[in-house]
Amino acid sequence: MIIYGTAILAACHLLGVFIGDLLGSLIGVKANVGGVGIAMMLLIAVRVYLHKRGLMPETTEAGVGFWAAMYIPVVVAMAAQQNVVAALKGGPVALISALGAVILCACVIALINRTGPKNQDSTWEVGTVAEKP
Amino acid sequence: MEMIEHALRENPLVAAFAFVGIIMWMSVHLSRRLTFGRVHGSAIAIVIGLGLAYWGGIQTGGSKGLADLKIFAGIGLMGGAMMRDFAIVATAFEVHVDEAKKAGLVGVMALLLGTLIPFIVGASVAWSMGYTDAVAMTTIGAGAVTYIVGPVTGAAIGASSDLMALSIATGLIKAIMVMVFTPALARFMGLNNPRSAMVFGGLAGTVSGVSAGLAATDRRLVPYGALVATFHTGLGCLLGPSVLFLATKAIVG
Repeated sequence: MIIYGTAILAACHLLGVFIGDLLGSLIGVKANVGGVGIAMMLLIAVRVYLHKRGLMPETTEAGVGFWAAMYIPVVVAMAAQQNVVAALKGGPVALISALGAVILCACVIALINRTGPKNQDSTWEVGTVAEKP
Repeated sequence: MEMIEHALRENPLVAAFAFVGIIMWMSVHLSRRLTFGRVHGSAIAIVIGLGLAYWGGIQTGGSKGLADLKIFAGIGLMGGAMMRDFAIVATAFEVHVDEAKKAGLVGVMALLLGTLIPFIVGASVAWSMGYTDAVAMTTIGAGAVTYIVGPVTGAAIGASSDLMALSIATGLIKAIMVMVFTPALARFMGLNNPRSAMVFGGLAGTVSGVSAGLAATDRRLVPYGALVATFHTGLGCLLGPSVLFLATKAIVG
């Protein structure tokens, strides 16, 4: 059933956020430490485990795949509710700091990625539920 | 007209699905017709979203962009942190474990650099523009990391509310810049494989900026970038009020 997939996804999400909160309070930070990242790793682990045992029929996968495919529309909705007015009102300090940080980070990313290993295989390009453009 | 408005108001989330669907459809066509597919449809959709957010903010004076307009309240639900994180976690289904493992160490390095570099830039700009005390420099520097690290750090070290607003603005502008410029800079940054996406996720910071930027570049790279970026805010909140504040204090007194 399709809801099994969505339920697995929801369980991983909640558990991940819970662990992230726990981690945050353990090290004394007023924030969730990597909750979503932990949830992602949990979901990957569950997928690998269930796949090996053959407990992952296609309908179950579709219960996760739908939400993965909804990702871009959700991001568009997220963009539409940003506080753009406040961001633009921040003045030159905010603008110059942000611009400087973005430019410098882009250069460092370029530097790291150009010095990295060249011979990447391309198996990752075949996603399980990747959308066709 | 009133009845249409009523229907939209009573079903906010459903209205948001329909509305975002229309934006996506328009964007894909603009991408094909105007740019011949060179600018990704998602990138256009995100820019339209930001434009609508600006318009909404001007119309209502609120802080949630388009979602402050009653008939678009569902946008707030659809694009809120809950749905965003749910959809991001779902993309992990497409992660190839071996690729992610290969880039583990470089991802951690990118995370540390991604906290340090923006902080140093932000604090230096603040200093050069007259904010010379350690609290102000740290708060603005932390804002340049992400717009959540800024206020969390500011609150912890006792910054005033206008400083916090400034630091949130810094983080917001950074997130918006990452969303808009990533597709244009993708080639320059070598953003074409999982490892590079993880480096990008660590260095560019802010889940919203990284996820939207990668979505507009190559949908398949999203989970790798998001996997790393989600640790960004936690790390920033950890280092900001402690190590980074003490270091700033030691330097400027």
